[in-house]
Amino acid sequence: MIATLAFYLFAAITILSGLMVISARNPVHSVLFLILAFFNAAALFVLLGAEFLAMILVVVYVGAVAVLFLFVVMMLDIDFGGLRRGVMTYLPLGALIGLLLLVELAVGIWTVSERGAANLAHPTPEGVSNTEAIGRILYTDYVFYFQLAGMVLLVAMIGAIVLTLRHRPGVKRQSIAAQVHRRPKDAIEIVDAKPGQGV
Amino acid sequence: MIPGIENSDILMPEYILAVGGMALLMIGVFLGDSAQRTVSYLAILLLALAAAVVVMSTGNGRLTAFGGAYVADDFGRFVKVLALVGAALVLVMAQGFIEREKMGHFEFPVLVVMSVLGMMVMISANDFLALYMGLELQSLALYVLASFNRDNLRSTEAGLKYFVLGALSSGMMLYGISLIYGYAGGTGFEQVAATVREIGTPIGLTFGLVFLIAGLAFKISAVPFHMWTPDVYEGAPTPITAFFSASPKIAAMALFVRVMLGAFPDASVAWVQIIVFISLMSMVLGSVAAIGQNNIKRLMAYSSIGHMGYALVGLAAGSPQGVQGVLIYLAIYLATNIGVFVCILGMRRGDKNVENISDLAGLAQTRPGYAFAFAMLMFSLAGIPPLAGFFAKFYVFLAAIQAGLYPLAVAGVFASVVGAYYYLRIIKIMYFDPPAESFSPAFEPSLRVLLIASTAFSLFFIAAAQPLVLSASAAAATLFP
Repeated sequence: MIATLAFYLFAAITILSGLMVISARNPVHSVLFLILAFFNAAALFVLLGAEFLAMILVVVYVGAVAVLFLFVVMMLDIDFGGLRRGVMTYLPLGALIGLLLLVELAVGIWTVSERGAANLAHPTPEGVSNTEAIGRILYTDYVFYFQLAGMVLLVAMIGAIVLTLRHRPGVKRQSIAAQVHRRPKDAIEIVDAKPGQGV
Repeated sequence: MIPGIENSDILMPEYILAVGGMALLMIGVFLGDSAQRTVSYLAILLLALAAAVVVMSTGNGRLTAFGGAYVADDFGRFVKVLALVGAALVLVMAQGFIEREKMGHFEFPVLVVMSVLGMMVMISANDFLALYMGLELQSLALYVLASFNRDNLRSTEAGLKYFVLGALSSGMMLYGISLIYGYAGGTGFEQVAATVREIGTPIGLTFGLVFLIAGLAFKISAVPFHMWTPDVYEGAPTPITAFFSASPKIAAMALFVRVMLGAFPDASVAWVQIIVFISLMSMVLGSVAAIGQNNIKRLMAYSSIGHMGYALVGLAAGSPQGVQGVLIYLAIYLATNIGVFVCILGMRRGDKNVENISDLAGLAQTRPGYAFAFAMLMFSLAGIPPLAGFFAKFYVFLAAIQAGLYPLAVAGVFASVVGAYYYLRIIKIMYFDPPAESFSPAFEPSLRVLLIASTAFSLFFIAAAQPLVLSASAAAATLFP
């Protein structure tokens, strides 16, 4: 009973804050609502007994992704009003496409076969925690995809550096090796100044 | 042996590219951009080594690894060799251009190697997850390559357009895959095929199939998902355009064939009509829209749209002959296209590359050898016998007729007659128009060798077609157990 109530509470807040993300006028508010949506989704995971996923969602999405969004929103001077200007013109077309996708999804779920539905649920194996079960799937069954995902991220990193890094000439950088290798004789000159003669 | 990684040594070519690519990255990082030439040559060696490993494993039969996610068969090996050779040749021809244009960053060959790694995974994908991961790895590297000349407005525009539309198509494809997964309860091609055999194609599964085809059609730039192609081809630096028109198209086409015949062999009623439609539209649009083009790279974009349409005719046939036709088509398309892009790279006045078709005027009087090679390649692309391009079209149309797709074959022949116009127009401009200012520096030796090889392939294909046709036939047979 309480679990059901909790589910509806968290689910409703998730959907509402999702709506607020796209409708809030202030982009910082959008990101804050996004964080609220992440927290409630994490709560839904806890209700399902997937506490590891819940923690990961909070750590990764709230801790890293949402903070990154906040930085981007605050640091880039984006004219959000200007971005929204064309919305009303494209709304009918967008709504139509959205509706079509929704109908297709509904038809899909409606007609999904018993066989498929039975296969869909992967219960946690007996005797192991769900963290361990995820680990087994990720690093044993899906190790191929895991490694490939690593390559995709590597390419993303190379791409970001190639497209944005500019080496400016004339920038002074600290060179630890050069500093460590400095000897007194490179830097100091001892001059024996005679009285009355100057250097 | 750790469970789950049995047979994983069949991924040797992929390991070579992944580890080698990372090693090249390290070399580049420590030696800086001055090592670009070294990294590029090492990348060519790496691709050649991977190709040699693939060739040596030919005939090992059908092997799977990682729980059936990865399959190595002769079909995959044939296409992998094409993709690897295409990428290596592009690196050879790119070297002079990127040094001239001051784009000599060592990341260029590394990104090419990474995208080829993605293509290898795509070609060997036997699972929708592997399909998607390979596709993303390949596409991500290609988006960066398209905007590699980041100080050039058109290059960055090309990269951005490619990225936005590519992401959209990936989204559509994932939506389709999720619907298919809902029915099959798994993502393996065999599992999907078993589901289709058992329950047929309910409406939701057909939706998924359509979205999947839409995403794949985007990757091979088939009509109606072709809009990005001319802009990206025109904006990207020329050697990278050559790369776009070669390896990624070949890999995506192979993936298309493997998905349709591997996961939906019993749903052919549902997908053959879609393939027939996009094939027909691509052939017609590729022929008609190219007529009005003045930029040679845009023209080649429409040409590649048309050629993908012809190759899809073989897939529409859905028979071993059809797949054999697709493979022969891809091989000949690759060889001819490399030659054409060498010709486009040779369109230089001093340090500047020109791209207008009118710049070619009277080339036959100023540079007769160049004009002859270009003309032969154009004749081959137009499909005029006895050049290579004719046999490419011959095998796919033959398969279509054997499969009873007479209207498609007839329409294809008509489209190729219309398409011959714009290829012949280039020849007319080169041979019969009053000469424009000549192209000044001669070809670099490496480009000259490539051009001669490509032209010779087009001219003498008829004499040496046997090995290619036989190996394509053997490769196609592995898809039909």
